[in-house]
Amino acid sequence: MLDKATAKPATKTALNDDIGEATRLELYRSQVNIRECEQRAYDLFLQNLVKGTSHLSLGQEAIAAGFATAMKKGDLSFCTYRGHAHTLARGVPFEKVLGELMQRDNGLMRGKGGSMHLMSPEHGVMGSYAIIGAHLPIACGAAWRAQYKGHGDVSVCFFGDGTTNIGAFHEALNFAAIWKLPVVFVCENNFYMEYTPIGDVTAVPNPAGDRASAYGLEKIVIDGNDADVVYRTAQKAFEKARSGGGPSLIECLTYRHSGHSRADPAKYRPEGELEKWKERDPIKIYRERLKHFGIGDDVIAGIDAEVKRTVDEATEACKAAPNPPMDILTTDVYADGGFAWRN
Amino acid sequence: MAELTYRDAVARGIAQEMTRDPDVVFLGEDVAKAGGVFKATVGLLDQFGPLRVRDTPISEQAILGAAMGAAMTGLKPIAEIMFSDFFAVCFDYIANEFPKSRYMTNGQTKCPLVVRTGNGAGSRFGAQHSQSVENWCMMIPGLKVVAPSSPVDVIGLLAASVRDPDPVIFLEHKSLYPTKGEVPDGEILDTLGTAKILRPGRDATILALALMVPRALAAAEKLAAEHGIDCEVIDVRSLVPLDTQTILGSVAKTHRAFSVEENPRLCGWGAEIMSIIADEAFYDLDGPLVRITTPHCPLPAADILEDAILPTVDRIVDRVRKTLNA
Ligand SMILES: Cc1ncc(C[n+]2csc(CCOP(=O)(O)OP(=O)(O)O)c2C)c(N)n1
Ligand SMILES: [Mg+2]
Repeated sequence: MLDKATAKPATKTALNDDIGEATRLELYRSQVNIRECEQRAYDLFLQNLVKGTSHLSLGQEAIAAGFATAMKKGDLSFCTYRGHAHTLARGVPFEKVLGELMQRDNGLMRGKGGSMHLMSPEHGVMGSYAIIGAHLPIACGAAWRAQYKGHGDVSVCFFGDGTTNIGAFHEALNFAAIWKLPVVFVCENNFYMEYTPIGDVTAVPNPAGDRASAYGLEKIVIDGNDADVVYRTAQKAFEKARSGGGPSLIECLTYRHSGHSRADPAKYRPEGELEKWKERDPIKIYRERLKHFGIGDDVIAGIDAEVKRTVDEATEACKAAPNPPMDILTTDVYADGGFAWRN
Repeated sequence: MAELTYRDAVARGIAQEMTRDPDVVFLGEDVAKAGGVFKATVGLLDQFGPLRVRDTPISEQAILGAAMGAAMTGLKPIAEIMFSDFFAVCFDYIANEFPKSRYMTNGQTKCPLVVRTGNGAGSRFGAQHSQSVENWCMMIPGLKVVAPSSPVDVIGLLAASVRDPDPVIFLEHKSLYPTKGEVPDGEILDTLGTAKILRPGRDATILALALMVPRALAAAEKLAAEHGIDCEVIDVRSLVPLDTQTILGSVAKTHRAFSVEENPRLCGWGAEIMSIIADEAFYDLDGPLVRITTPHCPLPAADILEDAILPTVDRIVDRVRKTLNA
């Protein structure tokens, strides 16, 4: 079994390195965007303003930020019900995401999808999928289109550690490998499925990494709480995909600070585990990183304040937004816009 | 005009659409080099090349998932699932993914794809390679469901399915592959949601689908010749969208309705149609609505058992005759 304490500490990088200041600020802002918005979603849930369910990425922000920052316009993201982070990271406005969580008319899908199904093709967010494993083959299909049409885009597919034990994961990995598809599979290993530790139900220590060789792929297991590491790994995998080198499977070690979903107090986790991981909070790590590169506290505080203000504004807009109107109840079942099935 | 088998009509229909539109692609198990286990896709690989006609591993979820991802991003995939019974191992895509994505995203996404599959009994393959699963698909909002009974309908309805902007389940009947029919030259394009009156009649309406269509026609001939009962036979062809107007119009004329269904009895497609007739044409009726179906039972392998469990010409004749004479 994998020792959760062995997730490697952040490595110091040389000044004026490959990433550079502008991108680092982007990586930081993206993580703070997610942190602030997810925290707000949780607060709104406590106020009974987020209905249905919600799955937060608190503590896992570096993965969404690192990959999205390395993506180009036109690259496609496929994520799970734990997808607010990936949706925000591609530039979907807070109001659209929070509005959907609050099931208001201003939401991304006007309340018809809910928190588990965020999608915004205009931002390259090709959907959040709530059936475990379903989107890995779908990402392969989008990559097939890129391959066939000679488009240079990459499909990036995010999923959890628990997803490595469902058939669709293995079908998709083999499929992508034999067709050499430009798709990057990203396993966010937060060490738990819903409540069961992944090690209790998985034959190998690294749920994704140790499966890679079965599909002729390199074992890649990285520190998922260090946005620099994630960003560099993403760049490399994207380059490989774009140059016809086929898929990659990347396991990112991370930890969720909250429960699995809105109602889960996460009592199944051993005492001290959360605290240990909070020492390796991705945002904390990244603030240190920025300082190490000579970025001042004022710049950091400025970003923090600006993000908070924008989330506040979005929250107010959502609170003021009306419920979805009844006239969308049966629209868009079929391409003609309606739900007619007979004459 | 040429005589063509139902099997060859499949390849011709796919070729017609792939020639017309370079975004049409085709994938499935053994479909390219081998030309399909039913030999319905022979020649397509040579004609369209290995990037558009692709053999897949035995990965039904990957086949349907990849078709969906390609469809969402601009291609028009045709995916083959070898036997319709295998829908059970990739049903997530059929039930949860294809048909829900447009609605859930409030119209932000599309899923224009066709799933072709070998459906139905008659091959003595037993309970897991012989089922008629049209009712598994018909009940799902967001899907369209089509089942042709003749070579010309295979081409025309397949073309309509490929050009349709919604996900279409295209059920080819395995026992019809060797059957022949006249097919005109040139492009053939039909319309989804249209039933066909194959034999006009005055005394009763018989609704049938796929393999049950030739049986309903044979029964109608027998009923006319031996019992003086003149039946109108309708090939329903498209379950979703459903051409209720043609059906209700026929019942208004004949005042009697029978369905001949290969699917097992419970929740078969005929139950839905009969409920529509009961609801909307009740006062046109002169007698009970009768469903002739396979019983609520798995399918046996042995030829004499399989033949006995499906609706037969004699069973149709018998039920219609007894109901009309009651
Ligand atoms: C096919 C399927 N089985 C079970 C579930 C219920 N379920 C939802 S989330 C989840 C845990 C998934 O764990 P993991 O893949 O590690 O993702 P995480 O939630 O940790 O991000 C389960 C079992 C589901 N949605 N789909
Ligand atoms: Mg997990």
